[in-house]
Amino acid sequence: MNEIWQGLIEAGRLIATLDADLIEISLRSLQVTVTAVLIASAIGIPFGAWLAVKRFRHRRAAIALLNALMGLPPVAVGLFVYMLLSRSGPFGVFGLLFTPAAMIVAQVFILTPLVASLAHQSMRELWADYHDLLISLGATRRQRIAAIVRDGRRALLTAALAGFGRGIGEVGAIMIVGGNIDHATRVLTTAIALETGKGNFALALGLGFVLIGLAISVNWLVHTLSRTEGGARW
Amino acid sequence: MVDASILPLVVSAARVRRDGRDIIGPLDAELAAEGTTLVIGPNGAGKTTFLRMLHGLERLSGGTLRWQALEREVRRRQAFVFQSPVMMRRSVLENAAYPLILRGRTRRQAREAAAGWLARIGLAEAAERPAHVLSGGERQKLALARALVTEPDLLILDEPCASLDGRATREIEALLVAARAAGTRVVMSTHDMGQARRLASDVLFLHRGTIREAGPAEAFFEQPQTPEARAFLRGDIVE
Amino acid sequence: MSGMIRVVLAALVAAVVAGTALAETMKLAVTTSFENSGLAGVLLPEIAADLGIEVQLLVVGTGQAIRLGAAGDVDAILVHARAAEEDFVASGDGAHRTEIMYNDFVLIGPGDDPAGIAGAGTADAALTAIAASRAPFASRGDDSGTHKKELALWEAAGIGPEARDVGWYKETGSGMGATLNTAAGLGAYVMSDRASWLNFGNKGDLVLLFAGDPALFNQYAYLPVNPAKHPHVKAEAATAVEDWLISDRARALIDGYRLGGEQLFTFNAARE
Repeated sequence: MNEIWQGLIEAGRLIATLDADLIEISLRSLQVTVTAVLIASAIGIPFGAWLAVKRFRHRRAAIALLNALMGLPPVAVGLFVYMLLSRSGPFGVFGLLFTPAAMIVAQVFILTPLVASLAHQSMRELWADYHDLLISLGATRRQRIAAIVRDGRRALLTAALAGFGRGIGEVGAIMIVGGNIDHATRVLTTAIALETGKGNFALALGLGFVLIGLAISVNWLVHTLSRTEGGARW
Repeated sequence: MVDASILPLVVSAARVRRDGRDIIGPLDAELAAEGTTLVIGPNGAGKTTFLRMLHGLERLSGGTLRWQALEREVRRRQAFVFQSPVMMRRSVLENAAYPLILRGRTRRQAREAAAGWLARIGLAEAAERPAHVLSGGERQKLALARALVTEPDLLILDEPCASLDGRATREIEALLVAARAAGTRVVMSTHDMGQARRLASDVLFLHRGTIREAGPAEAFFEQPQTPEARAFLRGDIVE
Repeated sequence: MSGMIRVVLAALVAAVVAGTALAETMKLAVTTSFENSGLAGVLLPEIAADLGIEVQLLVVGTGQAIRLGAAGDVDAILVHARAAEEDFVASGDGAHRTEIMYNDFVLIGPGDDPAGIAGAGTADAALTAIAASRAPFASRGDDSGTHKKELALWEAAGIGPEARDVGWYKETGSGMGATLNTAAGLGAYVMSDRASWLNFGNKGDLVLLFAGDPALFNQYAYLPVNPAKHPHVKAEAATAVEDWLISDRARALIDGYRLGGEQLFTFNAARE
C-alpha cells in the first residue's frame, strides 16, 4: 500500500514540476497512438461499414477472422513488423526501424482489426435500420457506406476511442520496433517497463497514473469537442 | 413531368418465393399511367410483398415487370413509403433533403427544396430537430415529404396510416390527393376500407399472393365479383 | 468537431517534431547491465558535445543486440559475451572487436545468508554452497551475456544443468531488473552486475554477499557493424565514437564514474 501512495505522490510531483522528460514521452505517446488511431480508423471504419453493407460468399468467415484478429498478441505483431522493417527485411531500405514511424506501423496493425470490428458491429445495426430505405432511394454502395458512416459517427467515435485506449497502453509491440530509445522512441509504457525493470516502482507507478490520466483526458476532450455527451443528440 | 412517364406498367406471371414458398404469384397486373390504386386484401395476402416487388425491393423468381423506361430510370422515378418510416439519424431537414443529395444536387439546392416540402407538411418549425424525436404522424409526413421531394412519377405507400390517429391520417390523405393532382401516380395498400373508398380510383384485391379482382373503385365497392372480395368487404374473416 | 480535433492534433504533432531535431545520430545496441549502470548518462552527453553525434541506445539483451547488429539494424554494439562477439566478427557482420572496459559481477542474496556464501573464498565455493543448501537461486535464463557468464560459472564449479533442478534454481527468462525483483520476492540468491545492483531500487532483504573473485570480471567490447556487409550503416560515426571510447578522455570519465561512492568500471581499452 505504501508503494501505491509513493506512486501517486511521484505522479503528482512529475506533473506539478512539469518534468521535461515526462512531457516529452507523453507527447510522443500521444503522437504515436493518435496517428495510429487516425490511420487505423481511416482503414477500419470504411472496411467495417463495407462489411456491413456488402453481401458476399465468405462474409461470415471474414467477420470471424476480423474478430479473431482483434486478439492479436502485440508482441507477435511487434516481431512481425520488426522483421518487415529490419534492414534485412523487405522494407529495410526505408530505415524506419527504431523510429516513431515504426511504432505507428505496429500499432496500425494492432488497432485496425479492433476498430474495423467495432465499426462493423455498430454499422451492421444501423444498416439493418437503413437497408430498405437506402435501397429504395437508389443509393449506390459508396453512398450507402457514406450514409451509415455519417449517421453512425457517434458509435464510430467510440470505436476509435477504444482503439486509442488499446494503443496508448500497449507496450509489447512498440518496445520491439521502437527500441525504447531515450529522446527518440521512449513513450510512457516503455518507460514504465524500464523503471519497473530498475526496481523504481514508485516512478513506474507514477508514470502509470500519468498514463491513465492522459487516457481519461483524451476521452473527455474528444467527447467534449464532439458534444456527444452534453448535447446527447443521438 | 416533361419526360414520358415510366408508366404504364405491365406485370406478367410475376412470382416471389421466400423460404421455398410462393409469397406472390404467379400474378398478372397492369398499372395505368393515371389514378390512385388501392391495394387491399386480408392479412397475409401478400400486399406488402407485392408493393415491394413493384418497387424492385424483392427479387422476382419468375415473370417480368415491363416499364416504359430503362431499369435505372425506373428506380429513380419512383418512391416508396414504408409502413413504419425509417428516420435517418439526422435533422428533419436533412432527412427530407437526402434523396436529392443522392441524385447529385448541391447541398444548398437540396436543402431549399426540402425546406419547401417541410413548410407544406407543417414541419418547418422542426427543420433542425433530430428526426427521431418526431411523433408517429410527423414521421410519416416526413417520410412522405422525403418521397415526394424527388417529384416521382410513381409513389408507392405500404399502409402509411396504419398506426396514425385521425388527424394525422387526414393530413396524409390530403397530401396524397395533392400529389395526385400534381401528376404523381399513387399506389398504396390499406386496411381501412373508408380510406380506400375516399382515395381509390381503382382497386387491386389481393388474396393468397394473387390478384383476385381488379377494376375501378366504384364498381368494386358496389358490386364485387368474387366471393372472397364480397366476404372481405362484408367484414368476414377471409383465409 | 473534426476541425477542432485536427487543430489540436496538428499542434501536438508539431510540438513533438520540433523537440526531436538534432545533428547526426547513430544507433548503438547495448546490454541492460550497461544501461542500468548509469554510465551512458555520463558518456553520451560528452560524445554529443565533442563529436556532435547523438548516440541512440537500444537497450536489449546480448543475444538480441547481436541479432540487431547482424541484421544491420544498428550501427554498432557494446556487449559483454566474448564467444558470441568473436562469432559476430567471424561471420562478417562485425567489422572488429575493441575491448573498452570491464566491470564485475556480484552475488546477491537474502540478509540471513542461509547458504553462508559471505565467507566463501572463491566464486566456485560460493556457488557450491548455494547448490549444496538448495537455497533458491534466481537466474536470468534469457541467454543474455550475464546469463552466459552465470552458466559458465556453474560449469566451472562442477554443477551441471541436471544438478540445477527447478526445486531451487528458478529461471526467470527476463532482464536483470526483473530478475532482481523476482529474487527480492523469493528471498533468492542471484548474480548481478554490480551496476544494476547498485541502481536497483527495490532491494528489500537482499544484500551483496560475495564479490571480488577475478572470475567474476566482465569485459565490455565495442563492435562496429561491418559496412562492407551492411553499406547503409553510419560507419564514420561508429568509428568516431570508437576512437573517442578508447581515448584518454573516455578513460578519465569511465574510471572516474562513481555510483554510491563505488567505482564501477575499469578502463582497459586496447584495439585488437
